[in-house]
Formats: sequence, C-alpha cells, structure tokens
Amino acid sequence: MIITQKKPVEELLDMLEGVTKVAIAGCGQCASACQTGGEPEVQAMKEFLEQHGMEVVGTMLPDECCHKLLVRRDIKAIKNSDAQAVVCMACGDGTQTVADNINLPVYPANNTMFLGQVERVGMFNEYCRMCGDCVLGSTGGVCPITKCAKSLVNGPCGGQKNGKCEVNPDNDCAWILIYKRLVSIGQEDKLGQTRPDKGYAGVSYPRRINLREKK
Amino acid sequence: MSLLQKALENGKFAVTAEMAPPKGYSFQEQLEAAALLQGKVHGVNVTDMQSACLKASSLGLCIHLKQAGVEPILQMTGRDRSRMAIMGDVLSAASFGIDTMLALTGDHPVVGDCKDAKPVYDLDSVGILRMLSEMEATGNDCGGNPLAGGAPVFFKGAAVTPVYEPQILQINKLRQKVEAGARYIQTQGIFDLDSLRQFMEAVDKAGIKVPIMAGIIPLKAAGMAKFMNENVPGIAVPQEMIDRLAAAAAEGKEKGVKGLPAKLGMEMAAEMIAKIRDGHICPGVHIMAIGAERNVPPILEMAGVQVEF
Repeated sequence: MIITQKKPVEELLDMLEGVTKVAIAGCGQCASACQTGGEPEVQAMKEFLEQHGMEVVGTMLPDECCHKLLVRRDIKAIKNSDAQAVVCMACGDGTQTVADNINLPVYPANNTMFLGQVERVGMFNEYCRMCGDCVLGSTGGVCPITKCAKSLVNGPCGGQKNGKCEVNPDNDCAWILIYKRLVSIGQEDKLGQTRPDKGYAGVSYPRRINLREKK
Repeated sequence: MSLLQKALENGKFAVTAEMAPPKGYSFQEQLEAAALLQGKVHGVNVTDMQSACLKASSLGLCIHLKQAGVEPILQMTGRDRSRMAIMGDVLSAASFGIDTMLALTGDHPVVGDCKDAKPVYDLDSVGILRMLSEMEATGNDCGGNPLAGGAPVFFKGAAVTPVYEPQILQINKLRQKVEAGARYIQTQGIFDLDSLRQFMEAVDKAGIKVPIMAGIIPLKAAGMAKFMNENVPGIAVPQEMIDRLAAAAAEGKEKGVKGLPAKLGMEMAAEMIAKIRDGHICPGVHIMAIGAERNVPPILEMAGVQVEF
C-alpha cells in the first residue's frame, strides 16, 4: 500500500492563497486506509476549507485515484463546476492523475511517504523500495534494500549496536534479521551466497510497463 | 610494489597509522604530523570523511603525503560516490603513484555533520573491491570499456569489526571481502586481547587466509573511552582500563601534572602492540591516534617496534 501523511495545514493554505472556490478529490484505496483521503477526511477537509472562507463546489472519491479512467469518469462534476483549484487527498500518483484530467491547479494535501505494510490500523512500516530486482528469495524474505539504511546487499556494515541500526536505533539491523530468519527456515547457507551488485541501468525513471506491447 | 604489501609478504611486523584531512584547505598540520611519521610506518591511512563529517577529500591528502615521501593508503567509501566516481578517483590516485587502498562502505550521512547529504551507496565495501579486482583482471572500466594504457594495480584492503554479535555475520562478510580482492585487513580498535585472539581463531577456523592488522586506538582519557563505548559500534574498552585512566587523571590533579591519562593511554597502546607482536596474534597493527599522530613514533618506541622496510 502507498502510505501517505497529511501535510501541515499551513502549507496547504499557502498553496490555496487567493482561491475562493475549491474542489476536493479523495481516494477510496490507500489514502482511505491511511486516514488521509477517505470519506471522513474529505468531509473534514471540506469543513476546514469552509472555515477558512472558501466555498467547496465539488468533491469526488474515486475507488482508485491513480486510475486514469476512473478519475476521468468521476471528475466530470468538478469540471462542470466553477472550481478554481482542486485539493487532492491521494498520494502523489493520484494527485498527478487528477491533474492529467483537469486543466486547473491541483494541490496535494498529503506527502507520499513509502510503500508499506499496514501493521494495524494507523500503523505503517516501509517494506519495499520497488528496486525492480527482488532479492527476497536469498534473504529469507527480509528486504535488505528497504530495511538496511544503506541498502547493503552483501551483509551488514559494522554500524549496529545491540542489534539496532546506528542510523536510527528504533530500527533493527536488517542483516541480523536476515540472519535470524535464514537460520529459522534452515537456509543459513544462503548467508554465504555472493550476490551481484545491483545495477541501475534498468531502473532509470520514469519506468513504464505495457502488457499490450508485442514481445 | 606497495610498501605495506612488501612488509606483509616478507613477514615483517607491519605498522600503519591513520590521518584525517583537514576541515578546511590548509594541510599544514597534517604535513607536520606526516614528517614525524616518515620512515616510521609502512603506510598512513587517509580517512574518507570518517563518521560522515565533512573534510577535504582523502585523495587530496594522499597526494600531499605521497609528495612528502610518506606512503598513503587511500580510503574509499561508497557513501558519497557512485562506481564511476570511485573508479575515477582511483585512476587519479594511481597517476600520483598511490598503490595502496582500503575499501569501506562508509558511515551514513545521518550520523555525521552534513545530514542532508544524499547517501549514494552504489557499491558497498565488497562491491568496490570486486569492481577494482575486475578492472585489474580485464583492463576495463566499470562499464566494461577498455581503459587507455590498461588498469593500475592496487594493494587492496578492507576493515572488520571483531567485537560483533553474531560474529558469523562479520566472518561471512570478511570472507566476501577477501574473495572480492582484499589482500589485507585492518580491524576496528581493539582493547581486549582475549576477544582479538578469539576472533582470529574464528577466522582461522573459517579457513579465511588474509593478514589481519589489529586496530589500536591510544586512549586519551576515561571520558573518551566511555564515550566510545556508548557511541562507537564495535568498540568495547574494558572497565579496568577506564578505571586506570581515571586514576591517572586524579593523580595528575593531585600532583599538578598535566597529561598523565594520555601518557598512560600511550603506554597501554604500546603494551598491547608488544603483546600482539610477541604473541604472534596478528602480523601487524594499525594505529588510529585520532588527531595525535605525533604520538605514534613514541608509542612504537615504547612497544620496542623497529619498523623494517
């Protein structure tokens, strides 16, 4: 899931300076789970903007704000309104998808943080950095690219103390996690495996995948 | 051939020191210290923004040292450089006759003094060694393109942290470093010979064959030791050493004599070096004096080490 976090309201109000009529776009997927862009948050945003003297002339809540066709369908009401700007409460992807569909300024209400696991309601952990070349098969299902602050693929650096990372002592050393996991699933031998250094030729962004392209 | 390589291959007790470039552009202090080290050590590591604190570049001081007649050991981390930048710096180093290097992953910018810097880590210590070995073997650059005039050959080293739990992770990484081309190893600062011996046995048992030089940090005060214990991963100064340093400070205060703890620290470092050499625990030592490089020659003298070339 794409984890988002609300921007400070001052930052949003700065972006909206001079706007009197505004529309709001939420997202029925990730931002709903993150409590940053679901129905209650869109409602709260409406009240907030009204308190700050703006008229909210339209709202939309597509099932997925990153889906161009869904957004195109749902954005019609806003297009037909006299909104001067749209506040988007999705991730950066959703915000750009909204902007792709309307010729108005689209302002992000959220910061897009990471691709993460929902540990429980309101608790999210970064789990994947989308490196494009998954190594989990050799690391016991623990990602060194994400869980090691240096994304080391050849084992730990010397910078751990009591199993905690020196970059952020709240985090466990990824390679100690990997070691423990490999031992517990009987794959300790994989620790000695040499991994090729990651190359970056294939991950220059923006990346694109088209299943319809002929092979 | 690298002076350090010659010493290790000829079975001489190898001694290296360490120096940091200035935070600024006057290298005067470093060059004064270098003059004292000339002819006393087999090489001087030049740190690459150690602890991720900004300094002049390692390559710059290495060139100064080389020109001053002191053998530099170029430390290269992957923190601030892509593979291209690392190879470029190494080629430049070779053009100045620098032939010894040490590959490190590098401390993360977040623990340093320019926290907003982007961490690179294109390659880690193993990756840097592998890339340079590949360069030497093929004469090609990191993209597989031929280098004009072939590739320079470096005596390549790496670091290890003996005080580490679980130790198997360090042993495993050490093996990868050696397989990637490390021909010598320097350890994190050691303060307890038993744990050093235990580590050396573990390396031996793992069948890893590489000369390992014991890291020596001369302590300056009890506070320094406590600080390192709390803040530097892999450092474990025994309480008994801290107590002795504190007692020396108290004695100095009573007698009105300055510098007693630092003097004791030098004596303890010398004692350690002598025991490592006499007990054949390691084939050499790497002395990290942390700004007190002028103390290295007297420490060696106290330890009775006559560096042979």
